[in-house]
Amino acid sequence: MTAPAYTTNEIMTIAAARLLRNKAVCFVGIGLPSTAANLARLTHAPDIVLIYESGPIGAKPPVLPLSIGDGNLAETADTVVSTPEIFRYWLQGGRVDVGFLGAAQIDRFANINTTVIGDYKKPETRLPGAGGAPEIASCAGEVVLVLKQSARAFVKKLDFVTSVGHLDGGDARSRLRLPGKGPVAVVTDLCLMEPDPATRELTVTELHPGIGKDQIVKSTEWEIRFAEKLKETAAPTTRELETLRDLQRRTKLAHGTLAAG
Amino acid sequence: MAEITTLHEAIAGLVRDGDIVAMEGFTHLIPFAAGHEVIRQQRKNLTLVRMTPDVIYDQLIGAGCAKKLIFSWGGNPGVGSLHRLRDAVERDWPVPLEIQEHGHGDLSNAYVAGASKLPFAVLRAYAGSDLPKHNLRIKFIECPFTGETLAAVPAIQPDVTVIHAQKADRKGNVLLWGILGVQKEAVLAAKKAIVTVEEIVDDLKAWPNACILPHWTISAVCCVPGGAFPSYAHGYYERDNRFYQAWDATARDRDTFQSWIKSHILSTENFEEFRRVLQQPIPRGAE
Repeated sequence: MTAPAYTTNEIMTIAAARLLRNKAVCFVGIGLPSTAANLARLTHAPDIVLIYESGPIGAKPPVLPLSIGDGNLAETADTVVSTPEIFRYWLQGGRVDVGFLGAAQIDRFANINTTVIGDYKKPETRLPGAGGAPEIASCAGEVVLVLKQSARAFVKKLDFVTSVGHLDGGDARSRLRLPGKGPVAVVTDLCLMEPDPATRELTVTELHPGIGKDQIVKSTEWEIRFAEKLKETAAPTTRELETLRDLQRRTKLAHGTLAAG
Repeated sequence: MAEITTLHEAIAGLVRDGDIVAMEGFTHLIPFAAGHEVIRQQRKNLTLVRMTPDVIYDQLIGAGCAKKLIFSWGGNPGVGSLHRLRDAVERDWPVPLEIQEHGHGDLSNAYVAGASKLPFAVLRAYAGSDLPKHNLRIKFIECPFTGETLAAVPAIQPDVTVIHAQKADRKGNVLLWGILGVQKEAVLAAKKAIVTVEEIVDDLKAWPNACILPHWTISAVCCVPGGAFPSYAHGYYERDNRFYQAWDATARDRDTFQSWIKSHILSTENFEEFRRVLQQPIPRGAE
């Protein structure tokens, strides 16, 4: 049997989903992270606990939420608590295993920017801002980041540090007494990166099938490092692809139907 | 003591130029009707507080009601930028807008501090972040017990908080359910509170741990069915995603925006009439 055809977006989502363990308590950002987390729930991780910052704990949405406070998150959750409670008891209280985030810009130590491109006062592009990311980045047990790779996004120096990864590397996080381990993986449409165990600098450890090192070099503004033993990401299985496509099909249908007048 | 009154009367009597006003609702139960009434009555120089300023604050900012925005995430969820917010921050149109930016954990804690009548909230955040460099109201303090460095942010204590809820009874006790956001904290943090509801009933039939705001914590209760539209009211109606998508084009251009505000809000008597006008196509370009 030949492997099914897939897009680079699909392998990014699938590779990110695979990183989530069954039964993990996962604090999910909207967009790509939410897609990947729900794919994990519908494939290998049926008992994953999804927490959204609007208050649902244990959400099992039948279709992907368009916004972080959609009604289907509340309806399918084990419980819905207030937003202050989510941040105080659940995230800061150390009950979140994995924070799952996106970003507009990332640097070599996986610090992220979701605030502005350009100058803060006169931005070239104004992004939505912090949301819950600074608290997730410091308090979640570990952090997984997912974003498309380009030299505009993978930059030498962030225009704004919204949420911290490994700061300037090494043991910087523990020196600041940040409770979580910080980013353990960055998944892109081209590869998987993991922080070096000592320097904490992002290192490419897996290439997606058919992707060359040169493509990654071209899509990273800093001089990206590669692991000595570079692996290839397993191609998406038929089940992964069908589940993802079915989820997206249902989502499109539901949001079209829901939209009134 | 809650007075059951019209939305027009509530805004006229309780919201003044220059007030600190919080309108809360996390995707769910966003008080759109009340926001429109503030625009209709042309309030000015407001300091607007909201964790997730979205379309409702884009409308208020574009209509020139605000001088300052305190927030933690600003965007049109699932769609993109808020064009009126950006125009105000970047090009001072229609009036300059000062911004004070936080994170969600921080701002939700700041409401808790406000409701608790404490001067500040304390949390573990912002080590290494650039936000405290641009928002000088985020400070760091040393824990007197462990020596740990923690972030401190000032309490939010609005002059008026405005929320939308599902039900009130005839005394003005308010019941809300589903995604609760920070509405309870925002009401208890404020000097005055206005609540619009889907319906007023004889008996709330609430379960013992329901989220209830007793009538004596609220200044005015107004019955405005559909008052959270185009956001949603759990158990009543769904979110109108198409409105949020269409808003991007309406808000992108100053003239299109102004003619929309004129025809949909300034020229309508109330929210019911706004809903009637909305059945007509959204104007493209100035009239």
